[in-house]
Amino acid sequence: MKVRLWGTRGSLARAGAQTVGYGGDTSAVEVRGDDGSLLILDAGSGLQRLGNSLEACPARVDILLSHLHMDHVQGLGFFSPIFDPNVSVHVWGPVSSKLGLGERLLRYLSPPLFPVRLRELPSLVFHDVEPGDFQVDSFRVTADLVLHPGPTLGYRITEDDAVLAYLPDHEPALGSDRFPTNPEWISGYSLAKRADLLIHDAQYTNSEYASRVGWGHSTFENSLAFAEMAGVGRLVSFHHDPDHSDQFLDDLHAPAVGGGTSGVELLPGKQGAVFEL
Amino acid sequence: MTQQPIELILLRQFADHVATPLWITDAAGDLIYYNEPAETILGRRFDESEPMPAAVLAERFATRDLDDQPLPTQRIPLVIALNQRIPAHARLRILGLDGTWRTIEATAIPIIGQGGRLVGAMAAFWENDQP
Repeated sequence: MKVRLWGTRGSLARAGAQTVGYGGDTSAVEVRGDDGSLLILDAGSGLQRLGNSLEACPARVDILLSHLHMDHVQGLGFFSPIFDPNVSVHVWGPVSSKLGLGERLLRYLSPPLFPVRLRELPSLVFHDVEPGDFQVDSFRVTADLVLHPGPTLGYRITEDDAVLAYLPDHEPALGSDRFPTNPEWISGYSLAKRADLLIHDAQYTNSEYASRVGWGHSTFENSLAFAEMAGVGRLVSFHHDPDHSDQFLDDLHAPAVGGGTSGVELLPGKQGAVFEL
Repeated sequence: MTQQPIELILLRQFADHVATPLWITDAAGDLIYYNEPAETILGRRFDESEPMPAAVLAERFATRDLDDQPLPTQRIPLVIALNQRIPAHARLRILGLDGTWRTIEATAIPIIGQGGRLVGAMAAFWENDQP
């Protein structure tokens, strides 16, 4: 399995000289199976360049959405394969008790907020995902709800012995005075448990978090603590705050890169980074 | 170790932050948590309690109606909430783990997740000795 980060920024895309290193595009991750199968995680602004990079687009593309917040879906309408009549794009996202996934996405991806009506694109197929397992091409996918405002899924993706866990927007410490405590009571634990690679929300510093409790995101330190508790091999920091410059993020990561004191190998989540599992 | 569903994790965190006595079961009816305010009524700290699967709950916490007759399981609010997926309320007597009988009012609701999954039930209860 090969994993490439096309968008690592959280909440809002942020282009500029200060974000060249970690990237300015929002969540989009390319996952390639050993046989070349393609799976995409989230449809943030990074999805546009991911789509443009596909020299030979497969006849079917699967996109797993963690949730429907704007920074995770805004790239969908700019993903070139959805306009290709020879490609079928399957979009998977959290089930709701009210409306289907397609209907909820169409609230944004239709006029007046978007010039094209996605419902006019026959190549799009929507799948409402409930917690559980399903197969996508060569990948075994486990989905489960995680702590974040509104229905939000984390994913565990397995191919042979390789395990990737993806929890881009996640606040497992919410309401806990002594995080992390008993794993039985920690959101996302089952998804991340002993994963080879964990891509996890690390949006805030401790001082920022004090005024943003309940916004659905983790501190950098809590993401490390979560990874250590779950026994993961490598942690990729993700969903960087739009106000965090490259220099700021380098300083934040420096004490933990290479293992630090936690025993978890921290890999700074930089746009363009590639990981082999 | 298996992680609890997110709805129950949130519910337990909620229970830890309120003064209302709360009791939480999973979808199988196993007791998985009661909060500190509930400990006074149930007669023992949760952390000092044994694991309580549904099968032993009736033995650990005997219940009676207000006429002091054993309360059929099917009339216990939590059982109704779990089995019928509807809210239920009752006034009943319960034997705490400290050996004391108390009269309580209990209201139970089923916890149903997105997509209609039954993930458990919660009961709020109050001691009420008024006639």
